[in-house]
Amino acid sequence: MSALLEVQDIHTYIGQFHILEGVSLAANEGEVTVMLGRNGAGKTTTLRSILGLTPPRSGSIRFAGKEIGGLPTYSVAQLGIGYVPEDRGIFTDLTVEENLKIAERAKGDLDRKADLVFGLFPDLKRLYRLKGGQLSGGQQQMLAMARALVPDNRLLLIDEPTKGLAPVIVEKVMETIHQLKETVTVLLVEQNFFVASDIGDRCYILDVGRTVHTGAMADLERDEALVQRYLGAVA
Amino acid sequence: MTLETLVNIGLQGLTMGMLFFLIASGLSLIFGLMDVLNFAHGSFFMIGAYVAWATFDGTAAIIPFSDLRFAIALVAGALAGGGVGALTEWGLIRPLYKRPIFQILMTLGLAYVLTEVVKVVWGASGHSMARPESLSRAVDFLGRPFPAYRLFIIALGLAILLVVSVLLQRSRLGMIIRAGVENGEMVQTLGINVRRVFTLVFTLGAALAALGGAAAAPFVGIYPEIGLEYQLSAFVVVVIGGMGSFAGSAVASILVGLARAFADYQLSPLVAQAIIVAVMAVVLLLKPEGIFGAKKGGGL
Repeated sequence: MSALLEVQDIHTYIGQFHILEGVSLAANEGEVTVMLGRNGAGKTTTLRSILGLTPPRSGSIRFAGKEIGGLPTYSVAQLGIGYVPEDRGIFTDLTVEENLKIAERAKGDLDRKADLVFGLFPDLKRLYRLKGGQLSGGQQQMLAMARALVPDNRLLLIDEPTKGLAPVIVEKVMETIHQLKETVTVLLVEQNFFVASDIGDRCYILDVGRTVHTGAMADLERDEALVQRYLGAVA
Repeated sequence: MTLETLVNIGLQGLTMGMLFFLIASGLSLIFGLMDVLNFAHGSFFMIGAYVAWATFDGTAAIIPFSDLRFAIALVAGALAGGGVGALTEWGLIRPLYKRPIFQILMTLGLAYVLTEVVKVVWGASGHSMARPESLSRAVDFLGRPFPAYRLFIIALGLAILLVVSVLLQRSRLGMIIRAGVENGEMVQTLGINVRRVFTLVFTLGAALAALGGAAAAPFVGIYPEIGLEYQLSAFVVVVIGGMGSFAGSAVASILVGLARAFADYQLSPLVAQAIIVAVMAVVLLLKPEGIFGAKKGGGL
């Protein structure tokens, strides 16, 4: 299995603050790769660095064999990377339909992907004419993921999709990400260890801006000491 | 106050409101989308006025029909403003997106430079521009004569309002602008080159302001400070309407225009100007984000 995304020792600064001090990770094609770590470990900044929103000062980011570090955000996205940010990034003033349409990279993308999108998220059909701001948190999360599926993306970067959602909806979101595996590669940031261990194939643990552990998700589940050390009392 | 006076002042207020709208709408969209507080926006209005006047008078020998000359002058004014706007965004604003304070200083400085340039080219004193023949008449409005030219300005403003609304609501570009006003970063992560949209919006905004200036020229006269003067009212409109809101700038323009006209009539022009600022203060106290304030609440 080959790595679709390879991040090598990136260092990212925000203002004068050295946020990422050497993050390395890889996401294999067709897998769900999970990034774990405490608050402030640098998980979101890693996603933002990949997208060029906070460009790293050093290190390399390769996507599908091509160096993408230093490219403007829109060029990174055009290569086939979709982003589902922590705050979902729904345009509240646009309708659900417009929120999906704006993601089209080629004319007719939405029509072409209608079966996939509405197969995974049938509720969106019913909400089609509502404005993004009228949706509940769970519905916005669905819309954000659906939007990332409209263009031909090969990789989705999903940041804490279950945050602030009711347990029933968390289950639904996770089930959806599990189904996504058939279509795209996923790099997932998730705080909830139990949720992550359910759907993750490989995992990386970040701590104070560094990658401190790499391995199969299944192995991590058995390594209580490691989990305790970097993620706190979860087991 | 009789009904006809009321109607007459109302129409005057609408006329003024439409001129404010042509400047304020671009100002508001540029701020909402690009976070650029463009203090040179009134200069585009001024450029439109001067270029329209120069075109109208300069072509008098070649084109005998004043209506046609006037149409050409309007287009020339709008194009000149749009052209200077595009150059401004490309050459002066774009290098400073990472330093917003410098952008404000840059546009403020540019406003003064452009005013001086106009003085060098066309002189420091004012000029007047004749109205085209078919708009020089007065039309009967509820038994009172009302200058046709004002009705033209109202019609032009409404037409622009309609066209831009349709563009914003129905086109892909409009959708991207509306989304970008709310969250420009997210728009980029969808693979859209926001910078290119910036240039386009800045150019269109400048062209609208210049069109306003061109249309205002035969109505209020042409002088170097016209841009700074109208810009002040436009800023008041933008604050009242909500920074970044197109609908807000339309409503607030009419509101401010009417307030101006009634205060002009009842009191004096100086007091009228003060009343507008008072209206702004009240709106800021009661609803700081403006009547139609965008959610991200532009810092002013």
